[in-house]
Amino acid sequence: MQFVKKWKLFILPIFAVSFLAASALLGCAGGASNTITEAGSTTVQPLAEKLASAFKAKNPDVNIVIQGGGSGVGIKSVNDGTVDIGASSRELTASDPPLVKHLLARDGIAIIVPLSNPVSGLTIEQVRVIFAGNITNWSQVGGPDKGIDVVAREEGSGTRTAFEEMVMGKNALIKADAILQPSNGAVKTAVSSDPQAIGFISFGYIDSSVKALAINGVAATEPNAKNGSYPIVRPLYFLTKTQPTGLVKDFIDFCLGSEGQSIVAKEGYIPSM
Amino acid sequence: MVSRYFIDRNAKYLVLICATTSFVILAAIAIFTLREGLPAFQQVGLLKLIFGTEWRPTQEKFGILPMIIGSLAVTIGAMLLAIPLGIGCAVLLAEVAPHRIRQLLRPAVEILVGIPSVVYGLVGMLLIVPLIRDIGGTGYSIAAGSLVLTAMTLPTIISVSEDSIRAVPRRYKEGALALGANHWQTIWHVLIPAARSGILAGIILGIGRAIGEAMAMIMVTGNAVQIPNSPLDPTRTLAGGIAVEINYASGLHENALFAVGVVLFVLIMIINSFALVVMRRGGPAQDVC
Repeated sequence: MQFVKKWKLFILPIFAVSFLAASALLGCAGGASNTITEAGSTTVQPLAEKLASAFKAKNPDVNIVIQGGGSGVGIKSVNDGTVDIGASSRELTASDPPLVKHLLARDGIAIIVPLSNPVSGLTIEQVRVIFAGNITNWSQVGGPDKGIDVVAREEGSGTRTAFEEMVMGKNALIKADAILQPSNGAVKTAVSSDPQAIGFISFGYIDSSVKALAINGVAATEPNAKNGSYPIVRPLYFLTKTQPTGLVKDFIDFCLGSEGQSIVAKEGYIPSM
Repeated sequence: MVSRYFIDRNAKYLVLICATTSFVILAAIAIFTLREGLPAFQQVGLLKLIFGTEWRPTQEKFGILPMIIGSLAVTIGAMLLAIPLGIGCAVLLAEVAPHRIRQLLRPAVEILVGIPSVVYGLVGMLLIVPLIRDIGGTGYSIAAGSLVLTAMTLPTIISVSEDSIRAVPRRYKEGALALGANHWQTIWHVLIPAARSGILAGIILGIGRAIGEAMAMIMVTGNAVQIPNSPLDPTRTLAGGIAVEINYASGLHENALFAVGVVLFVLIMIINSFALVVMRRGGPAQDVC
């Protein structure tokens, strides 16, 4: 008996492993045809979730899976067919694969400082020189005599790419010793906890823990972004590999239609139309 | 009912399968990482990749030296604190502390091992980073990373070291005391040297955990890719660098991150084999009668 027990002990993990493998295989193959998968930009993610639940309310038998990952993941996964729809919060460049773009919304990028900072506005040139590292003290832009801690996103981030295009321009780079945080939320936490910090986040993430600066004298509000007076606004795209058909087309049409666009507006983004 | 004979003949194959599984997994990971990283080594060039000082993936500049330095800096900083603290604590637990205090401390140390790294990172970000900001710089720094890693690796070093000090044969201690050595002399000259291979194993485990830590490091080191000038400067570690950028990476950038993974792999293998050599040299002490 002793031996039999030990023998079973060896068998058990083998069973477990093969069971896991089998269920993983079934899980992959089991995706029903009425499922839409979306992945990509973390800026688009909360909006896509709202749009998906509204679409599901109208089409109860449809299942929509929304994932984050970042714009790069969105572009890559839709191109290799892992997901039906990719999400990008930046313009596609020449090095990206050719994909069909659906302009879902526009989004403002806010320049944020902690609430304790008395500075309430900067010009876009001041933001550029601060992020390039040419201005390093708040007193140079009308604040207290304290150093400036620049907080930025990591290379490849859609928000960073958009910020670089619209604020830094071709000739200026974000300084190499800037603190980098890997998400909008992390940038907000880092800025709110450091009295000397400055950072940038999507409009959708602004809350009472940080202060969004006026840029060129224009407050960072949704109406100002909508009427074009706020200067830092970027596109948010849904991407498909080819012209969408069937269920995917229904969902994208819903998002770009009046109903979807009213959700876009309600969530703090700027409707594409 | 399976016959005893059958089991006896085939058990060894089962064990063999189990043993090969771990090897196959290791080989698969190594081959995959290497294969994905290879294009970066080919296109950027091995030396330019490893000794390049500029990392700007969007401009196709892939130099990972700053990250190698970052990883080594936070790990060395952590070990400078964790090794003396850890061995001291292990000696206390194994030799000095009364039974009751040991009963209190030992579980506390064990629970510390189980705390997820993101919690260490969060505490570091909200507690240690502001403290370091008061000294100078932004607070997100090598110093903050080292302190967090100290807290993370201490429990490993303590528990492994304590076990190995306890495993020193009783007659060593009795012999030393009988020769007139006092308790401290016995600990310092007999117990710790006799337990050194175990203590070293604990330290190596700690270094392994420190150098591979990504989450907590992302949260407290500031992730700036630059060669640091002081412990108060922000830095990026190899593991942190992979975790920060892999979400957005594609093409050569993604290959370069896998190349970072290869470098991390090699670094850890160098440390482990170094440890193996040292342990082999120090090993026999414990077996001498």
